[in-house]
Amino acid sequence: MDNQSGSNRRRFFISAINGLWAIITAALGLPAAVYLLLPPKSKKKDAWIEAGVVSQIDPKTPEEAVFRRMRVDGWKVTSEKATAWLVKDSAEKVIAFAPQCTHLGCAYHWDDSNHNFLCPCHTSTFDKEGKVLSGPAPRPLDRYQSKVENGKIYLGDIISGEGA
Amino acid sequence: MIRRLIDWLEHRTGIETTVKLFMTEEIPGSSGWHQVFGSIALFLFMTQAFTGIMLAFNYAPTPGEAYNSLKYIATELTAGRLMRGLHHWGASLMIVIVVLHMLQTFLWGAYKKPREATWMMGVVLLLVTMAFGLTGYLLPWDNRAYWGTVVTTQIAGQAPGLGKYVQQLMGVDGGGVGVVTFARFYAMHVLLLPPVITLLIGIHIFLVRKHGVTPAPIETKPPKKFYPEQVFKDTVAIFAVFALLFTLAIAAKVPIGRLADPTDTSFIPRPEWYFLFLFQTLKFFEGPLEVIGSVVLPTIAILALFAVPFIDRGTALRVGKRTTAIAVVLLAAIGWGGLTAAAIRGTPVTPPDIAESEGPQDWQQLSPEELAGIGYFRKENCAACHAVGDSKTSLGPNLAKRSIHKDAKWMIAHFKHPQTISPGTSMPTIRLNDSQLNALAAFLLALNERNEAALQSAPQFAVEGAVLYSANKCAACHQINNVGMKLGPKLNGLGQRRSKEWVEQHFTDPQKLSPGTVMPVYKFSPRDMDRMTSFLLALGD
Repeated sequence: MDNQSGSNRRRFFISAINGLWAIITAALGLPAAVYLLLPPKSKKKDAWIEAGVVSQIDPKTPEEAVFRRMRVDGWKVTSEKATAWLVKDSAEKVIAFAPQCTHLGCAYHWDDSNHNFLCPCHTSTFDKEGKVLSGPAPRPLDRYQSKVENGKIYLGDIISGEGA
Repeated sequence: MIRRLIDWLEHRTGIETTVKLFMTEEIPGSSGWHQVFGSIALFLFMTQAFTGIMLAFNYAPTPGEAYNSLKYIATELTAGRLMRGLHHWGASLMIVIVVLHMLQTFLWGAYKKPREATWMMGVVLLLVTMAFGLTGYLLPWDNRAYWGTVVTTQIAGQAPGLGKYVQQLMGVDGGGVGVVTFARFYAMHVLLLPPVITLLIGIHIFLVRKHGVTPAPIETKPPKKFYPEQVFKDTVAIFAVFALLFTLAIAAKVPIGRLADPTDTSFIPRPEWYFLFLFQTLKFFEGPLEVIGSVVLPTIAILALFAVPFIDRGTALRVGKRTTAIAVVLLAAIGWGGLTAAAIRGTPVTPPDIAESEGPQDWQQLSPEELAGIGYFRKENCAACHAVGDSKTSLGPNLAKRSIHKDAKWMIAHFKHPQTISPGTSMPTIRLNDSQLNALAAFLLALNERNEAALQSAPQFAVEGAVLYSANKCAACHQINNVGMKLGPKLNGLGQRRSKEWVEQHFTDPQKLSPGTVMPVYKFSPRDMDRMTSFLLALGD
């Protein structure tokens, strides 16, 4: 075996080694990336949940509504208790705020004497439209998608209060 | 740039020199294709570790949850089935390759002085590999896993003197296979065994390097470097095995059986194929002699493996001249093959224990009325008091227990007047109309411990669709799952025949799409239309 063919052989070995390992790495790495990064296949459509009757809400005072909803959590479907602060806008429109302060997620409540929502953790306050009045909250209150049909209130997904 | 980075690293860690030293090790001129198995085994181990970690990212290690999360991996996650396939078939291939590695070492007599310790470490690695197989077998928590482990732990209990303690270690003391066993097997599989095997592999490889690759009895060629020729051969062999593994993972689906059911008397447990020969050996020994087949013989076999280098102490010979070794291997192969074949032949043909992931999902097998019952069950929030599936409430009885099931008439009377039927009960009156109560009763009658989890996870759209289907009396003309009349077409498999738009249009204007049809016009709200069509299109075939 002369030198020329010896180094050709060597080059062939090296490129074959690199090529095959590249294929193996890709064949394991790409599915793994897809497996970890893509969301589950059946995107569960959020059902509208009935959360009360419009006529029963006092237009002046926000009311806390408690309802049950099914939540798909990975491989579990759980029935969980959820709450919303309902503010009656008109007979056909109800604003439903998600029950957590946009600062650090504490549960806030309606402060009847000051007429605003008050978070007990860092005293953020919000008005009836969810706008920040004072305190460290970075954005208005988050809302549920809501609609009124036949006098009943239905709630959907929670959307960020940023755009509201 | 890269050069400078490597230089920097080299200067700080000496990594380049180390890798070079490893790669340029001198190996005998006779080295070649017959010595690739060790590298393949190492590669397969690393693949198992990788796919195992991937599975663990979406796996809940407690019995009921394990099963559901595995189904989630297999059906909901992209490439999830592939990950599981790789891990499952990788385990089998691992056994094959480790045994081949051992056979090669045995046939070539590579265990001879001074390599006895390398061989013995290899035997330990074989045992650890089997322990991986044994513990991993339980983790899907389906019937196969459960019953296979019941048998395994019973066998372990037969070990004279030690049996009780081994069982205690496995968490089966008295109570049979349960949550404790599961936790122990899981901890062994993912916490204890991986670092142990990593350490042992390290020692094994260290010993191989220390003594060098075994040369032929008479070396005719000059020694060569490990890299690139032997690395090339190893790589090609690894690639071939990987290609086989990948093909198996894609082509041969790993079934998920029914959820483990300790009361299932019809299930016939069988161990994984590489343990079948042990299973068959057991059949030759009965009564008090059984312990010979289950414990004594395997122990002798393992001790014999350890003793191989001390039994055969002759001078090294060419493979072709090692007639005794060849005879031993042939005998072992015939014995193993015969036992395994007998075990396979002896396996009665049973209907495949395959559930959700392969065929229709559990909710798809329900009649629309039963499915609508789930809707009322959720709406009335029955689960607040009655345990179903994983929920821990126990105010009311567990409705999945078939032993408490009554007939529909009793149930409906009970829904309407709980106090009259069961005085003193805290059950509230269910305010639904008769057909709704019928549906609820139908659902409860279909509920049992085997399908409760699946029923609970029936998607809300399907449940609501079924409620609409029942409310609109669709079954007066159509059939779903063989329930209903045959006036209109069967609705199973609709998703393969029609698009969602078509079905929606057909509801609003049947005549336009099917002139002459007797199908009435249905005016659903947009939301109801969506539920109804989604439900119909999701039906099984």
